[in-house]
Amino acid sequence: MGDFIQGKTLVEGEATGPVLWSDKPLSFWGGYDQNTGEIIDRRHPLAGHVGANRIIAIPHTKGSSTTTGVLLEAVRRGKSPAAIITTGVASFLALASIVANELYDTNFPVLMVAEDDFNKLESADWLSISHDGVIEIGVNPQPDSPS
Amino acid sequence: MNLSEFDRSCLAGDLGKASQFAMSILMRIGEIQSAAEMIDITRAHIDSTLFQGDATLEFAEKLAHMGAKVVVPTTLNVSGVDENGWQDWAVPAEWAEKAHRQMLAYQSMGTEATWTCAPYQVSEKPSFGEQIAWGESNAVAFANSVLGARTIQYPDLLDVCAAITGRVPAVGLHLNENRAGEILIKLIDIPEDLQIDDLFAPVLGHLLGTIADDRVPVVEGLTVELAEDQLKAICAGGASSGAVHLFHIVGQTPEALTRAEAFQGHEPTDVHDINLRDLRHIRSELDSSQGKALDMVVLGSPHFSFAEFRKLDPMIEGQQCHTDVDFLVTSSRAMVKLARESGLLDTLEAFGGKVTVDTCILTTPMLFPETRRLMTNSAKYAYYSPGLLDAEVAFGSMADCVRSAISGRVRTNNSLWDS
Repeated sequence: MGDFIQGKTLVEGEATGPVLWSDKPLSFWGGYDQNTGEIIDRRHPLAGHVGANRIIAIPHTKGSSTTTGVLLEAVRRGKSPAAIITTGVASFLALASIVANELYDTNFPVLMVAEDDFNKLESADWLSISHDGVIEIGVNPQPDSPS
Repeated sequence: MNLSEFDRSCLAGDLGKASQFAMSILMRIGEIQSAAEMIDITRAHIDSTLFQGDATLEFAEKLAHMGAKVVVPTTLNVSGVDENGWQDWAVPAEWAEKAHRQMLAYQSMGTEATWTCAPYQVSEKPSFGEQIAWGESNAVAFANSVLGARTIQYPDLLDVCAAITGRVPAVGLHLNENRAGEILIKLIDIPEDLQIDDLFAPVLGHLLGTIADDRVPVVEGLTVELAEDQLKAICAGGASSGAVHLFHIVGQTPEALTRAEAFQGHEPTDVHDINLRDLRHIRSELDSSQGKALDMVVLGSPHFSFAEFRKLDPMIEGQQCHTDVDFLVTSSRAMVKLARESGLLDTLEAFGGKVTVDTCILTTPMLFPETRRLMTNSAKYAYYSPGLLDAEVAFGSMADCVRSAISGRVRTNNSLWDS
């Protein structure tokens, strides 16, 4: 059993998977490849990592208004993050998930956590998120898979 | 959240399916933002026009099929295709066809077909204090900072919901108390020659975004009054490197007659002294390519203004662009029409330059794969091109861009910056 963090649910849902953590905000437009899920903003510390079906933890999104469009496309292609955790009110990310649900009947959970809790996630490599917003810090059951 | 009678009747479907859909999304977002209520807006600028693929097209067509109509004057941001000029470039036919369908869907809603990221150039400008719903990060920063209108940065998919209902959650920069400056950027001994240099504004914008992130910066120490195109460049730079949706310049922008007014009487949480060396460092972050061979020069992010066409004209008159270099200006239909009527396009074409309207190099796949190194005077193009286009970027003034286009190699004049 690992540590537990109580997040605030912006968009409800369950997710389990490896986590990509950064304390630098990320614009998904120009920063996230909707076809592959790769993080492509070369100035971002997570550049080169694949965010598809992983849990992304960033303080907030920034830059272009098209972050929502990119995430909606990524959902349609099955390349969206499994969940996104932020410290700010991530209305862009929540919006993409809400509209994805309207259009494609599928979405990803979006949670907000306190800054202290966010920093605890830096060393985490595997998370489970429940419907009520509880985040469990666990161990990657397949430690050989790339993260 | 407190809902008005109008909001409730939207939600109940009394005003049709599109209003119901739009209001239900606005309400969920308003709840996430902890809004107390919804307020009226009197203008909208829709960024959802950017074609990203099947999903953004399906969203637009779903709304159009529901009979969506805007209820406030609404301008449209760039689209995914220059509908008349795409064949000259590398745009795949399937992309052009779908991006065009998305354009038609948004045009069917009773909007103004402006197709530009600089709506403040082509349509009636919002007035001071006006509540509006704008998407497109540079336009949002311009509306808030330069015009004193009030908008948060509306994300794609939500801006159109605001335009269809005329309502938005009362949050963020819509509210007076959130418009106060938070951090102070003090420019120390920046020479006036440099303040009017073409690169100063985009570099300052990039710096604001880097330092302020999502806080409201207040700039002090400018001794030259900035022109509209310089303010535009600050907006684009700050909204690319950070999340700057509002900045104040003491003595220049409308909510900052004095430092005290800019901070609404509060003290800054942080003070940053910026000297020439800091600006030089920021400038070097945007550039990497001195002396290297160049494939393309691209000007016009945000879209090239008429004033910029006029500024460019004497620089290229009688000159010839290098045969290995594409020289492109991205602009709006309205500005290109003015430039054509004034004969400025003739000079550009004689130089070997081209114009693309309605879109830009970041939003339509127009570049040929052999275009590896770009040069621009835009902090926004410089910021996004490496990731979005996998291209190397050189950053220089408009004069540097022209000089380099002629020689085929990156040539910048750094004398003002190196002093």
